[in-house]
Amino acid sequence: MSSQNALLEIDNLHTGFNIDGDFHHAIKGVSFDVKPKEVVCVVGESGCGKSVMSLSIMQLLPKHNGKIDKGEIRFNGKNLAEYSEKEMNNIRGKDISMIFQEPMTALNPVLTIGFQLDEVLLNHSKDSKESVRKKSIQLLKDVGISRSDQIVHEYPHQLSGGMRQRVMIAMAIACEPQLLIADEPTTALDVTVQAQILELIKKIQDERGTAVMLITHDLGVVAEMADRVVVMYAGQVVEQSDVDRIFHDPQHPYTKALLGSIPKMEEEVDELNTIRGIVPTLTKMPKQGCRFVDRCPAAMPECRQIDPQLGETDKGHTVRCLLYEESRPGEKAEVRS
Amino acid sequence: MTQKQKSEHLLRIEELKKYYPVRGGFFRRKIGDVKAVDNISFELKRGETFGLVGESGCGKSTAGRTITRLFKPTSGKIFFEGEDITNIYGSKLRNMRKDIQMVFQDPYASLNPKMMVGSIVSEPIINYRRVSEKKVREEVMDLLTKVGLPEDAYFKYPHEFSGGQRQRIGIARALALKPKLIVADEPVSALDVSVQSQVLNLLKSLQKEFNLTLLFIAHDLSVVKHMSDRIGVMYLGNLVEVADAHDLYRDPKHPYTRALISAIPMPDPRNKSDRIILKGDVPSPQNPPVGCPFHPRCPEAMPQCSEQKPQLKEVNREHRVSCLLYD
Ligand SMILES: Nc1ncnc2c1ncn2[C@@H]1O[C@H](COP(=O)(O)OP(=O)(O)OP(=O)(O)O)[C@@H](O)[C@H]1O
Ligand SMILES: Nc1ncnc2c1ncn2[C@@H]1O[C@H](COP(=O)(O)OP(=O)(O)O)[C@@H](O)[C@H]1O
Ligand code: SF4
Ligand code: SF4
Ligand SMILES: [Mg+2]
Ligand SMILES: [Mg+2]
Repeated sequence: MSSQNALLEIDNLHTGFNIDGDFHHAIKGVSFDVKPKEVVCVVGESGCGKSVMSLSIMQLLPKHNGKIDKGEIRFNGKNLAEYSEKEMNNIRGKDISMIFQEPMTALNPVLTIGFQLDEVLLNHSKDSKESVRKKSIQLLKDVGISRSDQIVHEYPHQLSGGMRQRVMIAMAIACEPQLLIADEPTTALDVTVQAQILELIKKIQDERGTAVMLITHDLGVVAEMADRVVVMYAGQVVEQSDVDRIFHDPQHPYTKALLGSIPKMEEEVDELNTIRGIVPTLTKMPKQGCRFVDRCPAAMPECRQIDPQLGETDKGHTVRCLLYEESRPGEKAEVRS
Repeated sequence: MTQKQKSEHLLRIEELKKYYPVRGGFFRRKIGDVKAVDNISFELKRGETFGLVGESGCGKSTAGRTITRLFKPTSGKIFFEGEDITNIYGSKLRNMRKDIQMVFQDPYASLNPKMMVGSIVSEPIINYRRVSEKKVREEVMDLLTKVGLPEDAYFKYPHEFSGGQRQRIGIARALALKPKLIVADEPVSALDVSVQSQVLNLLKSLQKEFNLTLLFIAHDLSVVKHMSDRIGVMYLGNLVEVADAHDLYRDPKHPYTRALISAIPMPDPRNKSDRIILKGDVPSPQNPPVGCPFHPRCPEAMPQCSEQKPQLKEVNREHRVSCLLYD
């Protein structure tokens, strides 16, 4: 599954953790790609593997128990797993950068904002300290911090949550990366501040042509931001399409159920749709068959035996569900004995 | 008919304030106040769900906990069934606690990890009512089933349950004394959407079944709108708008309410409306702006807004707003 013009290609990725002596997959065969200048939203409930996937891309998995054991992540055609730690350090922050849910954990509390921002720039360029500081102040202005010549002398705890997230974004875009990975960048923020930050991310994507992979559990944020959507469930991609079809022609029972379970401002319903049960934990994952089977309203007996495969139901629309496999010519699911 | 049965309002709050002292300096002297709740008035009709919505730090939890008398109010009055409960204590307060129960946001922190679920839910019954052990057990089993937990949950511990199930345990405990009012403070904020919808449906159906009045506190306006008959919008310790849920959404009057509604990302890519993007962050309640508390961020601020503090006034039937545009 390689396409000519993709910036990032995730190809049959398998990532797992050693838990009590056994290896369990948190990501089991994820494939999708991000094209230049595109906003791809990855959506799914807590524990679906969204963060493990972004850590896999950045090669930042916990060393003691986590590893990628199959598949490739290619950036500009080159497999990231083949880079040395030093080369990877060069890519991180320069070509691919990441912003996290809780900016406080990513900022150093004892260093000034200016120092931390300068560091990022100095790491990847040979500019003088003075010109770097000038650039830092300009970057803070670009992300909408007005007193930026004063803020450079302040410490993270002196800033509000929204301002810290702006600083994180300034650091992430400092070296004009081609890809920005944002893992729940607004989940810890109030909705009026979230609106400011989403607008800022859109502006960066628009003006600088940065591709964005936005990870979120909020379908409202997805509808607002995405060009394309990847729906994840239990470590797998279950549906993938352009944003319009995900919301107006959802096909996978999980996508449909997620959309039905959120209260909508303009609708008045007495009861919300629910999805029974919860996302299985890694050690409780069904060993065989569809991973959604215990919660699926459309489940059939064979769903416990056959692993559904991701396949195209329509041009550019892929789904992982046995309901759609019959109709796909040339692709017969195999029954495992 | 007694006075109690007559009052249409189960709960009435009058000019309630709750300030937290700020201490500093060498002697830890009081150097100021956090005006967490700064003069709010509203009332709950019997059997209704009243939603309290606003961004973090605007005083929702403080309001909820002061109303339930977990905190002592700084000033103002709280009437429950027509009776002033602002300063009651001892057996009167104990009796009131039976009628007003709380459900909290964090299902992990609000349950004692060392207690069996059965004991957690029985505790209030044993503390407040004289019933046989057998009867307690029966009632608890019944409650567990009602909130959608398996009966064997009785013998398990909180850590054996998921977030949504733990929230069900918290709800069962709150229901154990057959309260008249439940104050639910962000009961679904820690849950995933699919589990959130299970708990919201449960709260709605229990409310009907037990004829409860519900004060539903949350920061997510779409959740609050789904649950509530009427909604109060809070900003920096003040109620800025109170209206029927439908009217509040269709015809928001306060500039803050309008911004709040427009900031919510709609789950429909075909419906990307123009956003009102507010400037800046919510100011500190320790040092709230003079005049209208919203004026530094208000897109419609006028010169007088930085001098005069607007009061909550009725502008339409059952629609109250605190904004000088409507003076
Ligand atoms: N270091 C680790 N060791 C063992 N298991 C882990 C580790 N990190 C994550 N997991 C497990 O992998 C699965 C996926 O976790 P992940 O953090 O990617 O979820 P997520 O989709 O990002 O969820 P959220 O929305 O809560 O951020 C979960 O079952 C999680 O418990
Ligand atoms: N125990 C406390 N002591 C001092 N300040 C507090 C305390 N609890 C809350 N506050 C402050 O009061 C304000 C309102 O808080 P809270 O009622 O928790 O808001 P909300 O529930 O709307 O997020 C905030 O500024 C908060 O920091
Ligand atoms: S494969 Fe079966 S269980 Fe899985 S989503 Fe499709 S219908 Fe449901
Ligand atoms: S009183 Fe003035 S500042 Fe306050 S909300 Fe109304 S218009 Fe805005
Ligand atoms: Mg995550
Ligand atoms: Mg709160």
